[in-house]
Amino acid sequence: MTKLFATTALLTAMAMPAWAVQPAEGETLAENQTYTYWLLDAIKSLDPAKNTDVEGSDALRSLFEGLMIQDAQGEMIPGMAETFEASEDGLTYTFNLREANWSNGDPVTADDFVYAWQRVATPETASEYAWYLELMNIENATQIIAGEMEPDQLGVTALDDRTLQVRLTTPTPYFIKTLSHTTTYPIPRAVVEELGDAWVQPGNIVGNGAYTLASHNLGVEIVFQKNPEYWDAENVLMETVRGVTVNDNNVALTRYQAGELDRVQIPAGQFPRLSEEFPEAAVSVPNGCSYAYIFNLSEKGPEVLKDARVREAMALSLNREVIVDQVLQGGQEPAYSWTHWAIDGFSAPEGGMKDMPMEARMARATELLAEAGYGPDNPVRIQLQYNTDDSHRLLAIAAQQFWRPLGIEIELNNVEWAVHTDRLQNQDFEMARYAWCADYDEATTFLDWFRTTGYNSGKWSNEEYDKLLVDARTAEDTAPLYSRAEEILAEENPAVFVYHYADVDMINPAIKGLPRENLLNTWYAKDLYRVAE
Amino acid sequence: MFAFILRRLAVAIPTLLLLIVFSFVLMQMAPGGPFTGERALPPAVLANLEAQYGLNDPLWLQIWNYLVNVVVHFDFGPSFVYPDRTVNQLIANGFPVTLTYGGLSFIAAVVMGVALGVVAAIWHNSWIDYLAVGISIGAQVLPNFVMAPLLVLVFTLWYGLLPGGGWSFSNPSFWIMPVIALSTSYMASIARITRSSMLEVLGSNHIRTARAKGMPEHRVIIRHALKPAMLPVISYLGPVFVSMITGSVVIDIYFSTGGIGKAFVDSALNRDYAVMMGVTILVGALTILFNLIVDVLYAWIDPKIRY
Repeated sequence: MTKLFATTALLTAMAMPAWAVQPAEGETLAENQTYTYWLLDAIKSLDPAKNTDVEGSDALRSLFEGLMIQDAQGEMIPGMAETFEASEDGLTYTFNLREANWSNGDPVTADDFVYAWQRVATPETASEYAWYLELMNIENATQIIAGEMEPDQLGVTALDDRTLQVRLTTPTPYFIKTLSHTTTYPIPRAVVEELGDAWVQPGNIVGNGAYTLASHNLGVEIVFQKNPEYWDAENVLMETVRGVTVNDNNVALTRYQAGELDRVQIPAGQFPRLSEEFPEAAVSVPNGCSYAYIFNLSEKGPEVLKDARVREAMALSLNREVIVDQVLQGGQEPAYSWTHWAIDGFSAPEGGMKDMPMEARMARATELLAEAGYGPDNPVRIQLQYNTDDSHRLLAIAAQQFWRPLGIEIELNNVEWAVHTDRLQNQDFEMARYAWCADYDEATTFLDWFRTTGYNSGKWSNEEYDKLLVDARTAEDTAPLYSRAEEILAEENPAVFVYHYADVDMINPAIKGLPRENLLNTWYAKDLYRVAE
Repeated sequence: MFAFILRRLAVAIPTLLLLIVFSFVLMQMAPGGPFTGERALPPAVLANLEAQYGLNDPLWLQIWNYLVNVVVHFDFGPSFVYPDRTVNQLIANGFPVTLTYGGLSFIAAVVMGVALGVVAAIWHNSWIDYLAVGISIGAQVLPNFVMAPLLVLVFTLWYGLLPGGGWSFSNPSFWIMPVIALSTSYMASIARITRSSMLEVLGSNHIRTARAKGMPEHRVIIRHALKPAMLPVISYLGPVFVSMITGSVVIDIYFSTGGIGKAFVDSALNRDYAVMMGVTILVGALTILFNLIVDVLYAWIDPKIRY
């Protein structure tokens, strides 16, 4: 599939056939086209402007459709936008919308997109994902969110019913990749204006997706039925989709085995056993998140961590292979970069500690610590903060054991989630567990985090790094810039990168069409079907 | 008696008010807030959210506004974490579920517990007594967070008899496992209290008198022994009833019932201020109410108590 970047500076036009999953030769469709998937928790919101989590996004992808959707590999393919054109300067995008209807029969218009995006930016909506419009670099988004401009000044215009124009403040290489995100979904203006906040409740909600909401018993079950008004309804095979909440992962696995669920996450440590017992059902695929121990390098942080040699020694001596193979055991990958290894177009820098044997790394670490004036006789003392969770605790204990022989004494500090994040954001920690998940399949989704103005809880700052990311916005070939940025991270060690996530699931072999190569694990119920067993 | 009830109700109102104010202040003192997450929100977005929920007003004004909404409009506000729903809706959804399985568990625990305790006391030191004590100790030591997944394993995976979780008001098969898991340890406590209290009563003078008059044993037990023996049980049942019908986080987590027990714990962890206050007030009011009912029952059962 072609890569679509605005920076090619050419008039890009795209027209591709709709992509639909169809049964392969020799497969017989099951009579009962129902897919039941596991939800860890209640779905917090079905309002595209207010959704903030994975469970909600999975549900919204059934109920709504954005300008773009993703195929099984995570490539962008046309959703509501049949074609689009980018201006030469990469600042203006024009989308030609397909003929499609809302589930109440009204046509989906460009104005529904304008209304939805303006609503996200409007301060009164109090959208937690309003920042997503800033990430997309949409003109005036920042000023509107801050209340300095009116929402109708947002850089998005309906040229006519089926033509949508979007203006950006700066060329954004990943812009098209942001368009399958739930925050960018259109909403039916007429319905929302009539019903207000209640428009998302069962019985009221109107969408343009492949499914409609049949029922939603909060924290118990959500049921979707195929939407006959969906533009591609003839290619949708799955009739009913159910999301069932089971708050305990082990009980969820039991219920999967009892046939109540078609898909469930495998609890930590059980993958080796299950993949032996059920090789067809137990699946581990890369998932676009990275796990790290962040150092607090701000003024509030401990002096000892400001010594780059100490940080490097800690990065060298953490045995990630043991953590991945012995503790996690689910197909995760050791991390030597912040960007997930499977991110599209990203190649991790060559060399560095990942190619050194463990003994050499330990020796180098000992040397570095000795240079800095530390060792078993004069240990470095650092507190490691993590939020309550069994696997975080296990990893922290493992890290403590790896570091102790070198003379790095770790004090474990377990706090509840709200306290953990609050302290991270206020730099009230020494070293803290952190994880970041990709918002889109491109390296800046990770690299932006360490910019001086990024989320960057440890307040590390590097001019060259910042400049690289600015340059990348207009660069023809971004890969070397991203690779150099990772090199800087590896030299400076603002954090110890621990591992890259994998999705470890049991999936009923009768369910076909779930993507295995989509790093963000973006799945669409419309692509699924159940074969007869 | 009537004056006593009125007096108690009059005290209940300031008690609830104090509860609200204290909870409100404590809640806001906890680090973090409803909008702190893995990714810090941009200041403008956070400011919009705080303005929307009135979090940037001074604390006294927030409490005042909250009280006015609750008392005048019976409106507990919108949930911070479930923005599609109001607290009233969340409680209206979850409380009937909790009330159903909690109420049934209560009945099961009382009936089974009292029966076990009485039987054990009557046939004191016989094999029946040992069996009853054995059952109640077994039920007591098996915590419900161990029993719940075991029940799912046995009844759902092995025998395929019951759904492994979820909730339906029209299908009692969803109620069975939550009731078993919730009621057993209470049943065990009730059995032990009943047994020891019954033994004490059976040795008392008025029972000896009743037996001496030639009254049949079953009448002695039911009419003369059971009622006084129930006094310690009832004082135990008041708070138990409240804690059962206001939910169990363990039951809600393992059986995904959608009850308010989990909603309450979640609201504390998520700093969902509105839900936390709503459920606190509900639990507080029910606790006050059932303590009053227990006191009234006391007076009714024990002629020595007068108010």
